[in-house]
Amino acid sequence: MSNNKTKASGSFMDKINNLTDTNLLLMITIVIFFIMYIAAMIFQGGGFRKPQAFFDLLNANGALIVLACGLSLVMITGGIDISVGGVTALVSMCCAVYLDHMGGNVFVSILIALAIGLAFGAFQGFLVAYLDIQPFIVTLAGMFFARGMTTIVNNKPFNVANEDFSKLKMTRVIVPFMGSTNRKGDYIDAYIEIGVIVALLVVVAMFCILRWTKLGRSFYAVGGNRQSALMLGINVKRTRFLSHLICGLLAGIGGYIYFLHVGSGSPSHAMGAEMDAIASSIIGGTMLTGGVGNIAGTLFGVMSLGTILKIVAAAGLGEAWWVGITRALMLCLFLVIQSVIMSRKKKV
Amino acid sequence: MQKNEVKKSNDNFFMNIVRNQMFIPLLALAILALFNLIADPGFIKISIKENNMGNPVLSGFLITVLDSGSELAILAIGMTLVTAASGGQDISVGAAVAIAGSVLLRILRGAGTGNFGAMLLVAFLVSCIVAMLFGAFNGVLVAYFKIQPMIATLILYTAGRSIAAWINNNELPVISDPFLGYFGGFIPGIPIPTPFFIAIICVVVIFLVLKFTNLGLYTQTVGINENSARLNGLNPKMIKVISFVVLGLCVAVVGLIKVSRISTINYSVIAKDIEMDAILAVALGGNALGGGKFNMAASIFGAYVIQFLTQTLYKFKVSADALPAYKAVVVIVLVVISAPAVKEWMGNMTKKFKVKEVA
Amino acid sequence: MKDNIVLQMKNIHKSFPGVRALQGVDFTLRKGEVHALMGENGAGKSTLIKVLTGVYSKDEGDIFLEGSAVAIHSPQDAQKVGISTVYQEITLCPNLSVAENMFIGRTSGMGQNWKKMNKDTEKILKSLDIPATATQQLETCSLAVQQMIAIARAVDMDCKVLILDEPTSSLDEQEVEKLFKLMRDLRSRGVGIVFVTHFLDQVYEICDRITVMRDGQLVGEFEIEKLPRVQLVSKMLGKELDDMSDIKGDQKAYEKKSGVAPVLEAKGRVSDAGIKPFDFHIDKGEVNGFTGLLGSGRSECVRALFGADRITGGTIKMNGKDVKIHKPLDAMKNGMAYLSEDRKGEGIVGDLSVRENIILAQQVLRGFFKPFSKAKQYEIADEYIKLLSIKTASADTPIKSLSGGNQQKVILARWLFTHPEYLILDEPTRGIDVGTKVDIQKLVLKLASEGMSVTFISSELDEMLRTCSRLVVMRDRKVVGELSGDDLNQSKVMSTIAGGDK
Repeated sequence: MSNNKTKASGSFMDKINNLTDTNLLLMITIVIFFIMYIAAMIFQGGGFRKPQAFFDLLNANGALIVLACGLSLVMITGGIDISVGGVTALVSMCCAVYLDHMGGNVFVSILIALAIGLAFGAFQGFLVAYLDIQPFIVTLAGMFFARGMTTIVNNKPFNVANEDFSKLKMTRVIVPFMGSTNRKGDYIDAYIEIGVIVALLVVVAMFCILRWTKLGRSFYAVGGNRQSALMLGINVKRTRFLSHLICGLLAGIGGYIYFLHVGSGSPSHAMGAEMDAIASSIIGGTMLTGGVGNIAGTLFGVMSLGTILKIVAAAGLGEAWWVGITRALMLCLFLVIQSVIMSRKKKV
Repeated sequence: MQKNEVKKSNDNFFMNIVRNQMFIPLLALAILALFNLIADPGFIKISIKENNMGNPVLSGFLITVLDSGSELAILAIGMTLVTAASGGQDISVGAAVAIAGSVLLRILRGAGTGNFGAMLLVAFLVSCIVAMLFGAFNGVLVAYFKIQPMIATLILYTAGRSIAAWINNNELPVISDPFLGYFGGFIPGIPIPTPFFIAIICVVVIFLVLKFTNLGLYTQTVGINENSARLNGLNPKMIKVISFVVLGLCVAVVGLIKVSRISTINYSVIAKDIEMDAILAVALGGNALGGGKFNMAASIFGAYVIQFLTQTLYKFKVSADALPAYKAVVVIVLVVISAPAVKEWMGNMTKKFKVKEVA
Repeated sequence: MKDNIVLQMKNIHKSFPGVRALQGVDFTLRKGEVHALMGENGAGKSTLIKVLTGVYSKDEGDIFLEGSAVAIHSPQDAQKVGISTVYQEITLCPNLSVAENMFIGRTSGMGQNWKKMNKDTEKILKSLDIPATATQQLETCSLAVQQMIAIARAVDMDCKVLILDEPTSSLDEQEVEKLFKLMRDLRSRGVGIVFVTHFLDQVYEICDRITVMRDGQLVGEFEIEKLPRVQLVSKMLGKELDDMSDIKGDQKAYEKKSGVAPVLEAKGRVSDAGIKPFDFHIDKGEVNGFTGLLGSGRSECVRALFGADRITGGTIKMNGKDVKIHKPLDAMKNGMAYLSEDRKGEGIVGDLSVRENIILAQQVLRGFFKPFSKAKQYEIADEYIKLLSIKTASADTPIKSLSGGNQQKVILARWLFTHPEYLILDEPTRGIDVGTKVDIQKLVLKLASEGMSVTFISSELDEMLRTCSRLVVMRDRKVVGELSGDDLNQSKVMSTIAGGDK
């Protein structure tokens, strides 16, 4: 994809100018992530220097990675889905009730999660793609519906007591050679949760789909220019529908990973997760206007956001509001960068 | 022949009613009222009770609707303008209300023992300015950076409640002066809830503004055809920003009422989900969510109908947290029946039906 | 000779509500030729193309491809039978690679052999000598290359007929040259090319044959050598050279008063819309016009005067005094009014009533806090509805439900109500009925006699000749001449428009 192969020589600025939007935004993201993480290691010291700190970042954000992948997909196709946080909460609650109150089976609970996600995706996708209703309004309603349904299913937070589930929840994948010794001198293995594995698999799968399949390229085509895509012979409606469907499915998977991480059901679960997912996607270089984005960037976007929030917390600004404000500032910053890039491009 | 003509005019008369923007909110109100009437015929009853301050005040289902619908009606005013000018909605109003309320409390808390009324006036003015600045922030993102309104306001939607908490250092200052309570409750000697009066004042003001300035003409022109607006000497960007600033002002008024109701604030709960209701009010009033022509009266009326729905759901023991689910269904129904694809389909169906009738 | 015919359209009819866009048009395309389709706005070129590509369905007539009749109901149908179109605005996806743009949407099934696809693309690019690589992202290519890639895609889809709909309008000279090289190459391979353009030079450079259309009818098909430029222009505009007597009629010749500063004088005015800097002046009570073929930059010039595009240079004096005009409001405050050629996009405010549309501009001038009262608004609206005999159910009717001519009158009323000193009318007569056209011309002369200065632009030359006392002639985005007095006749205007050789 990199066109600067053709222009191997030339000054650094030339190279920057020749970067495609996708690559330029991706580069910004990766650079920002490394600067932040290294800065954190130097100034905050302590926890950040241990490899486990990095794995904890993954552990805490496994669900978000999956949600952000779905958001990136929808945004690349030129839409938006703000129902994913609500769906996550609904999935957690339904699975929690099923496993705890009804003593259900773990495998079935996974199917429930997927079914809920798919149902949201299919319904929203139909309204957006075939009835041509603004995706924002549709998924805003979706978000409120999911939140409301969550409290209707059960309005009190509770922990799940289910043996099989607890076993699955406690399954940890040891990362070899990355452990560290604690104060007593014992060696402690570094680990990641099983949900992270799933999340990373999703990242790889989505990356491959978007990069190498015809469907994947259709998402880019539709997001880049819907009219042109139609003229090129792409089924625009089906493509848009599929983007929402897959996003819904990923919201289901992400919801289950979230559930696996917290092990409880609560109406206030995943509050603002849609925001984090959108922000991560945008930080990761996905353009709101559609057609531009990269799943690898999204992964870095999630990690960047996670790092910033961790830094904010470690800097003694532990109060909840700093987290919210930082998040919004990041989002604002990247939105403005995108807007400036777009207007600059139009002038050229 | 003559008969035909009579029928035609009848048709037109019927169509005029159906096409009137007030038709949908009125129909919705009628359905809700009927539903209530069947479930509990006493819902119309208005009685006089003594409130906890010892004043005789009106109470009853309808009074509650008028009372608690005030905030929504005020926000619907601003939301209508924003929708008309920018073709999108502001989803940060709830968070902005939290900020306005927090600013208000911050200043009152710091006030000495001086004249409370004067302090409140200062506090309210400051909160107005702050809310309008945040409105301008949204407006600039939308107009100058060309970010879709809903995404642009997502920023404040995320940060708003955090900012509100930060303003007061996450404390929950309680203002004990009863004067503050007047704005969200009752003024002694007047049995009608004050928020209703405030809403009426806002409505009167906006109608005077619409009558004596060109606000309506400008916003609609910008919303319908931005290029035309520019060639006719308007500054579309400025007008979009102004619509957001006006909404900011509405937010500040709502902030005062909300804080006054409980004499303190709860950052995460105050005006929760009100953005959804405000958008719903605009849509129910028959205004296109894509911008352009608007009908202010229909929006305001729509706001009270939404509140009627909310209160009805409360009456049927639906918890506050579960409300959004029901309203989401209403939103979906509204947007689906107003979607062009569905309209066309329904048009074809009626045509077919008519053809059959003739045959 | 007959075997050579690849595409034949016979007796094509197409009507839209109120307009007969095509009336019995024939069109014949041979193998291995570049065939220009010419005509002014509203001549029916684009309708004919859209019928051919299945965007519109025809009311009557037949289309034969290589001798057999074909039915074309959608762009996809057209592609299937071998008719490909490349439009003025590029209909590719800029965010995909070149190879993806060439192949996406063409194969069925989920999988895609990327290696083969890239290899095939490289092969095609090389064979057509297009300077791009398969994996390059499309938006990093120049517009000309993108245009060529669109053509390459069309060609690779085994097309017999290639339609190029104004492909050169956003290209510079070198890019056009590259494109022509590709077209010649394709011609030698036996592809029939339909070339729609407004640039006369380009037609004479590359085409073999010309079909001219006017007012939805076929004027004729000509071989390029047998149709000199001036004749082509006269055919497009609908005036034979022979009967080009002076038809200026009863209009009084304008006499310049000496010593009085012109109402408006522009020096070196230039905007970002792609015109060369130009000078311009107009006196009190004068009617003048910009003429030239479509795309020659006549609209861009008046837009630059009014501040409708972003101004990049030049000065303007009004009545001898320097004024700054950077945005429309500046111009309005200085007594200018501009009726845009794009009535739908820049004129009417569709959902608003006739009344509101009429008062809009003057209302903006009066200011935010001084709205006209409802009664006053009705009074004004009724006055202008009567004055211009606008046919509307009432002053409250939404303007979008009026006919084109009446919409135009409403916009005209809007600007007249600002009582401008200088009125610019950009194609006020386009797409409206004949009666209204005459009304508007009469009105222009009447306004001028009352002391208003008017600039009038029209695609119809005789309208311009009837109303204007001076014509500024434009070609290829720059002013190439100015005609007045005795020079103001059809043949002189046409030869100036055509330029170059005779």
